[in-house]
Amino acid sequence: MTGRTPPRSTAHELERYAGLFAQRTKVMKSSAMRDLMALTERDEVISLAGGMPDTSSFPADTYASLMARVADEACARALQYGPTEGFAAATRCIAEVMRAEGMEVDEGELLVTTGGQQVIDLVCKTLVDPGDVIVAEAPTYPGAVPTFCSYEADVVQIELDEDGMRVDALEETLDRLEREGRRPKFIYTIPNFQNPGGVTMSLPRRRRLVQVAAERELLVLEDNPYGLLRYEGDPLPTLYSMDGGQFVIYLGTFSKILSPGIRLGWAAAPRPVLQKMNLGKQAADLCSSSMTQLFVAEYFASGDWREYVDSLVEIYRGRRDAMLEALDAHFPREAAWTQPQGGLFIWATLPDYIDTTDLLARALSENVAFVPGRAAYLDGRGGSSMRLNFSGSDETAIREGVRRIGKVVAEQVGLYSTLTGAAPVQAPAAADAPRDAAGLAEVLELPRRGRRAGSGRPAEADR
Amino acid sequence: MSTVAVLQGGRSLERQVSLKSGARVEDALQRLGHTAVAIDVGADLVARLTDVAPDAVFVALHGRDGEDGTIQELLEVLGLRYTGSGVAACIRSWDKVLTKHLLREHGIPTPDFHAFSETAFRELGAAQALPAIERQLSFPLVVKPAAQGSALGIKFARAAADVPAAIVSAFSYDRKVLLERYVPGRDLAVSVVEREDGEPVALPVVEAVAEGRDFYDFEARYEIGRTRFVCPAELPEGVAERTQELAVQVYRALGCAGFARVDLMLREDGELFVLEANSVPGLTETSLLPQAADAAGISFDALVERILAIALERAAA
Repeated sequence: MTGRTPPRSTAHELERYAGLFAQRTKVMKSSAMRDLMALTERDEVISLAGGMPDTSSFPADTYASLMARVADEACARALQYGPTEGFAAATRCIAEVMRAEGMEVDEGELLVTTGGQQVIDLVCKTLVDPGDVIVAEAPTYPGAVPTFCSYEADVVQIELDEDGMRVDALEETLDRLEREGRRPKFIYTIPNFQNPGGVTMSLPRRRRLVQVAAERELLVLEDNPYGLLRYEGDPLPTLYSMDGGQFVIYLGTFSKILSPGIRLGWAAAPRPVLQKMNLGKQAADLCSSSMTQLFVAEYFASGDWREYVDSLVEIYRGRRDAMLEALDAHFPREAAWTQPQGGLFIWATLPDYIDTTDLLARALSENVAFVPGRAAYLDGRGGSSMRLNFSGSDETAIREGVRRIGKVVAEQVGLYSTLTGAAPVQAPAAADAPRDAAGLAEVLELPRRGRRAGSGRPAEADR
Repeated sequence: MSTVAVLQGGRSLERQVSLKSGARVEDALQRLGHTAVAIDVGADLVARLTDVAPDAVFVALHGRDGEDGTIQELLEVLGLRYTGSGVAACIRSWDKVLTKHLLREHGIPTPDFHAFSETAFRELGAAQALPAIERQLSFPLVVKPAAQGSALGIKFARAAADVPAAIVSAFSYDRKVLLERYVPGRDLAVSVVEREDGEPVALPVVEAVAEGRDFYDFEARYEIGRTRFVCPAELPEGVAERTQELAVQVYRALGCAGFARVDLMLREDGELFVLEANSVPGLTETSLLPQAADAAGISFDALVERILAIALERAAA
């Protein structure tokens, strides 16, 4: 016998519920992709699809002793509700992390949140009415897409190149929106090691973006989860530090420098915005976990938190290099990809006749997975691109995973050549052949919509 | 009351939908007083079945393995009674090319088509025949994998330049692709369920109605929330009856058992064309078969009970 409580269910009842669903629930991404993504979690699959940090490198005994200390010193507090804005013990740690990235913040301008994701949600909740414009990057963080959709925002995406968001294109778009009488509520950007693009916004663009925001009195949501995970080059100042807390809402998180399991992120924002976000957070969850905030406070008190970040940087640098080498060895000449200086992701773009959603189905039969590029767009673009994660698998798995993807890509490239009578497939580039720097611009030049064949029949309702 | 193993999940691309179908069937079986044992199909399937020794097996698997006859063959070997169609009917409906040939032989209308294996393109120069195929079928045409349960891999080619990419996509799912003439019209589905006496009966017709946007914009057309399902479909006088009769003909022609769903197109001039049949149609809250049954006054529990009763009456091999 199964233990499931039998729900009452008939089609009549479904219709009754359907009438109760909010309009925003109808704005959902294709279920075909969702169902495919669920398959990436099978044990035998090498998943380059996730965005997971390697928590296995955190010492179990450290975790145990920190938790024991929380229990010894603050058991009742840890088990109790906390203030909506977060414990001072936690905001002190946040200020320290921000200082490490060159930002001075008044602790009164901080809001502790349940992961960085909640900041995106609260910013939307605070600023966005249905139909309002959000300006985001193209491609954008796939996890922000459902959030934007659930607030029924009209998302306008601005192209990236190797220097991050094209601020000139942003200005043109803002002009156009102004002519149309539409004022964007905020500009969403991940300046460092963009997810999924892997590129970093240049200093001149950062300066200009901050100016644009000030000139036009527009808010910018700066999402910076990976800023400290830099494997080469010098850090660039955050938009928040350049703007002086006028128009930039800063999103930070402990997820990538400590643990995503503790679900702690934060926002730093102009006070009036922060106050509204605080009200939004009260409505959403009253406060973030007291237990994990006290855990973080103990962790910061117990030693140098930067040592663990440094150890992660070492691990991830090796994994990034392994992935770049494997891409060189196993991806065809026609493919191009970004060379991230940090973060967790590489964005690869294949010839435009390859549909990466379909390719994922083929790749899954080889037990390997990635995120199809369409997940990073709200307008159906990205069909020939993919996001590859290098933080969640070891170097051996990364090499093998990329080899398997390369194999199915080569198959499709070969087949396409056969079908079009084009030249035979070129051999993959030699591992040591340096990749053309000009290729980088190509990577983010995304497939044009008109040329692609449309996708087919209904999925979810059909079965 | 019986002990019923409910097979679900598995490795197919439709695993998620199958888990939903399976859970819903389990619930229904429990309410009906049976003992339901859920089995997520994997390497231990035979061991689990041997261990459970069920009176019957409810196949709630969609896609490869569950709909292509593989699981059914195994259940035959184990001498277990199971729901739905047998091995041969599964093979016939899983492979859309085979289905269409059989429909042709039975004089049942289906859109014109050509099908090719990957070998034909790679080794026999079939690509050179594409222009001739395109002339025969004319644009727009539909390119799909010969076998894939859900909508995955189905592309709509508006011009010759779209065809190679569409074929490459279709080959992501299967070693054989189908190029089919596009029939503009209304999207209909008819579920067929056997009565207690074994007579197949067509349930009310369901229509998938696309909401708004360019008719040819398939991407928009099949986004969730942009398609509405109407049951019973509002059809001109006599059309529903013709559609249902045709669905029963298809059911018989393929040799289906228990239940199945037939998908068709109603062309603007009133002609009907059969696209495909599904041997294990979805059983989730939003699936078409349960909706159609409900419109016919058959509750989900009654539907499950009937499907199970047919399986139990069928002699085990």
